[in-house]
Amino acid sequence: MAQVTLSGITKTYPNGVTAVHPASFSIPHGEFIVLVGPSGCGKSTMLRMIAGLEDISAGDLHIGARLVNHIDPADRDIAMVFQNYALYPHMSVRKNIGYGLKNRKIPQAQIDQKVAEASALLNLDDYLDRKPSQLSGGQRQRVAMGRAIVRDPALFLFDEPLSNLDAKLRNQMRIEIKALQRRLGVTSVYVTHDQVEAMTMADRIIVMNEGRIEQIGSPSEIYHSPATTFVASFMGAPPMNLLHGEILNGMAQIGDLRLAAAPKAASGAVVIGLRPEDITPDAAGPLMLDIALVEELGAHRLLHGSLLGQPISLHVSKDIAASTGPLRASFKPETLSLFAADTGVRL
Amino acid sequence: MKRAAFTNRWLPILLLLPQMAIIVVFFYWPAWHALTSSFYLQDPFGFSETFVGFANYTSLWKSAPYARAASFTVVFSLLVTFLSLAIALLLAVKADKVIKGAKAYRTALMWVYAVAPPVAGVMGIILFNQSWGPLTRFLTMLGWDFKLGVNYYDTAFAMVLVSVWKQIPVNFIFFLSGLQSIPKSVREAALIDNRSASGRFWDITFPLLAPTGFFLLITNITYSLFDTFGVIDTLVKGEPGNNPMTLVYKVYVDGFRGNDMGGSSAQSVILMVLVLAMTIAQFRLVERRIHYT
Repeated sequence: MAQVTLSGITKTYPNGVTAVHPASFSIPHGEFIVLVGPSGCGKSTMLRMIAGLEDISAGDLHIGARLVNHIDPADRDIAMVFQNYALYPHMSVRKNIGYGLKNRKIPQAQIDQKVAEASALLNLDDYLDRKPSQLSGGQRQRVAMGRAIVRDPALFLFDEPLSNLDAKLRNQMRIEIKALQRRLGVTSVYVTHDQVEAMTMADRIIVMNEGRIEQIGSPSEIYHSPATTFVASFMGAPPMNLLHGEILNGMAQIGDLRLAAAPKAASGAVVIGLRPEDITPDAAGPLMLDIALVEELGAHRLLHGSLLGQPISLHVSKDIAASTGPLRASFKPETLSLFAADTGVRL
Repeated sequence: MKRAAFTNRWLPILLLLPQMAIIVVFFYWPAWHALTSSFYLQDPFGFSETFVGFANYTSLWKSAPYARAASFTVVFSLLVTFLSLAIALLLAVKADKVIKGAKAYRTALMWVYAVAPPVAGVMGIILFNQSWGPLTRFLTMLGWDFKLGVNYYDTAFAMVLVSVWKQIPVNFIFFLSGLQSIPKSVREAALIDNRSASGRFWDITFPLLAPTGFFLLITNITYSLFDTFGVIDTLVKGEPGNNPMTLVYKVYVDGFRGNDMGGSSAQSVILMVLVLAMTIAQFRLVERRIHYT
């Protein structure tokens, strides 16, 4: 049973740059947690600190009941899947998968059995005696997974494991990894910059930006109630519309256009967030849009235009005829998010 | 692989010509010359020669000094190759881990590469000078009465030492760049899979360095056989008498000091055949175990 607890984990490099500001969260046993953020946000550094590949500058890291700050990676009871697979090029698939077990003094018969189980699970039976260079990208990815699962670790770590695969294979492997993790029930930390992977795979998502945690929550919380304008604009494609407005007499409004009631204490300049799919064309609606571009996506369409001079996008069903020019639309007031204009924090 | 074809059949020949000319002038022609003269006996003044068939070869077979030089060459080459590879690998592994001032370390370690073999030999003479050489004094302090050029084993020791010292930087550069071309993530994966640093070295690093190592093995054996000539020549210059010498140096001594052109030619033909056989054997036996990425 491995719960992972981070208390004030910080990474500061000798040159004074802080890659990860103090971060605290805990991951219950069996949870699949995804660290997501733009490149350079500190998510990989965080993962590497958990793995023991980077020193922890400050804070405590517990895996299970054990403080592991100064424990070698090999002794942390973790397994990691790397972005470029990191297979041992001179070893066969069988040896690659079994290498971690061999070094843990496990009897050869047991290693063979575990390798056989893992290869059956990952459809690698026919490839066990090949070298990694003779495998396709997807197969290499599976070998990397096999190397991780034979170890029965307390914690799986994934460092952008799918980013080297083509789009089709990525979707397939995404489902496979998630299903495998469900089945094995191993606590997992998964790093990605792809918000679709984050949304579809995670039990909980941690959104990071510039070395800080912006929000921790379920995919649905992150998507529907973003904690900051950064989260609102990072998650979702196209992202949440962010419109500049103000709060006057308890109403959030853009110019004279009154949108929704605001929390009592709030006043002054705000950023109003609306998901593109929460806006619907409606001849009687309050929003007067000017559509400049229609993107045809088959199952639906994306309309890009402006509302009172501010850019706005909406997501409409394929059944609704769309053209450029003026368009009236409405929205559900409960879907609206309000953020302080100066700090970007949700009100 | 894209194949390009020449439309003019003379152009490729023209382009190959300079390289071919160099090989012909500096290898095939002298090799042919050595082969033919190994069947003749020349008079000391070079005025006449007599065809003697394989007599030069058979007399080498019975020659005690030749056997002595041959066995010394085997020991010398093995020692020089092994020590210069092993020490260079050790230094490269250590230098690879250095983060602060890495460049300064590397430059300092590569410095010796710029020293020519005869100069290295001269430095050896200075260091091992009988009356004031610092290394001689040091060894005397340890109770070793070191006599360069007088005692067979002391001279051999100096030859090995200087030759190894001279060769380490080249090996070091190759090993270091070999180490640095091992993907970081592969090493990190090994860090998670194996807690023992020496285990990781022998299981992962060493096999991935093998292509570099094999290349260096061949070049180092060649070095220890041939390029050490300058070191040996300066160390024993003038008095090769009782001193150890390698087969290559014996070719020179017998040919140019002893004026025995036929015998010396026969020796160089044997050397040529030996090196050829050894290189083929290495490729057959060692190379097939190497994984090239």
